[in-house]
Amino acid sequence: MTQTIVIAEMNNNAVHPSTAELVSAAKTFGGEPTLVVPCTDANQASGAAGMGAGNIIAAKSGAFAHYDASGWASALDGVIPIGTIITGASPQSKDMAARLAARRNIPVVQDAVKIQDGEITSPVYSGKAMQTVSATGPVVISVRSNVFTPAEGGAMDHQILATDGNVATAVQEFMARASERLDVSEANIVISGGRGMGSPDNFTHLEAIADTIGAAVGASRAAVDTWEAIPHSMQVGQTGKTVNPNLYIAVGISGAIQHLAGMRSSKYIVAINKDADAPIFQHADYGIVATWEEALPVLHESLKGMMD
Amino acid sequence: MPNIIVLVKQVPDTNAKIVVNSDRVDLSTVKMVMSPYDEFAVETALQHKEAAGGEVIALTVGGAGAEKILKDAKAIGVDRIVRVDASGDMDSNALQSIIAQAVAELGGEVVYCGKSAADTGAGSTGPGVAERMGWASASNVSSTSFGDGLSVVMPSGSGNAQVSVPLPAVVSCDKGSLKVRKPNVKGIMQAKRASVEVLSIEAPPSTVSIVNHALPQAKPAGKSYEGGAAAAEVAHLLRDEANVL
Repeated sequence: MTQTIVIAEMNNNAVHPSTAELVSAAKTFGGEPTLVVPCTDANQASGAAGMGAGNIIAAKSGAFAHYDASGWASALDGVIPIGTIITGASPQSKDMAARLAARRNIPVVQDAVKIQDGEITSPVYSGKAMQTVSATGPVVISVRSNVFTPAEGGAMDHQILATDGNVATAVQEFMARASERLDVSEANIVISGGRGMGSPDNFTHLEAIADTIGAAVGASRAAVDTWEAIPHSMQVGQTGKTVNPNLYIAVGISGAIQHLAGMRSSKYIVAINKDADAPIFQHADYGIVATWEEALPVLHESLKGMMD
Repeated sequence: MPNIIVLVKQVPDTNAKIVVNSDRVDLSTVKMVMSPYDEFAVETALQHKEAAGGEVIALTVGGAGAEKILKDAKAIGVDRIVRVDASGDMDSNALQSIIAQAVAELGGEVVYCGKSAADTGAGSTGPGVAERMGWASASNVSSTSFGDGLSVVMPSGSGNAQVSVPLPAVVSCDKGSLKVRKPNVKGIMQAKRASVEVLSIEAPPSTVSIVNHALPQAKPAGKSYEGGAAAAEVAHLLRDEANVL
């Protein structure tokens, strides 16, 4: 049996609910995982109660006040026993996972979407293929969210361990995001436009629908490359962001491999395109052959009616 | 004047179709290119040299076939091109160990790399190499300015933060607002003549190995409609059938 340790996914000094999914992933190795909560105040670890862990450690350190890769990896290393370590797969957690693995001279496997009989499967080539690996020793594994069923029960109380970190960088200034809009990588619903929207001004029609259903607005690479007004931060695809929402609505997007690589794992996909032969339709749960001018007003009115 | 190293990796063109033969991805007919985010790393390294002087070394790990991307880097202005000779699959521990030894041997003081490679998407190399060197690291950086240390913009919480990074350090680069320079004729000619320095470094054994590759499971065919009016029905199916609203 492998000793497994889960590092809690943190969000604004609170234990993120997806941590219970990580405990579930750790349990595939057998045994009772240890759940380690990086915190500045041990009370922050109370959120880890009942997430299925065998025991909970509140790793308390000033190093966890802001994210610094060196500081987090060194502070965590001091309190984590030898074994296989499970982390979340947010950009920050993947970064920390890589540094922690390097510190222990063990390999890291990123973005796991399946763990079975000790074999770990992750998407490669931006989801165009799946790679399964096996490990003969301890390893650090980052696990994607929305894959494992959250674990329940287990330890309620935590033990406090103080630790020191070697913080290397310093935050000079926090900058609010330029746009108030939700980011595509954080949203449960994404509505994206492609060059078929005709003009960047027409993205206001996507924004209106996004506001109605609480979605983020994305774009294809073709749209980002063609129009200065559409920033790269909106780009979904292999050289943009990879998204995994419950619902992805593609409007005026043909479905180039580049784009599919960034959104094909969405739970439900709606495609609106005037070209019936567009490859996006092969990946759509609901495909509508129509211009956006015809379809979007109808879609918006229906959604508004349902949300009221 | 800093000794600047930029890590580059050869990957399949992001528009290429990926084929699996006998449980392994088959890249034999795929066009190979420099991983897109590495291009931003090369650009940042060249800007660092323009601001502070020094030398830029492009470093890759792989077989002789990987030298094309080194020549591409040379054509847009890096000073030296270096390949650590290696073949076969390596886990992150083996790969980072090789790169860290090469960076030490080349006397690097700052290392730039792409935020992740287009093949694995892992993003482990930058922070992993930094840890092995005992250096600072900053990842997913969208903008860098150069002084005694570096000042970078990187994601933090739901926004961004301006962060000071002391040297030596490893910085992994996102796209940001960088425009990558294009090679000119003179650069291309120089790159043709340039010789690649080849290093031989022993890797520790890999403890993670590939079991197989597979294509993602195909989705069952969806429902299709003609005409914009169908959007009303689809909206109701999203709520009542898919339960995603």
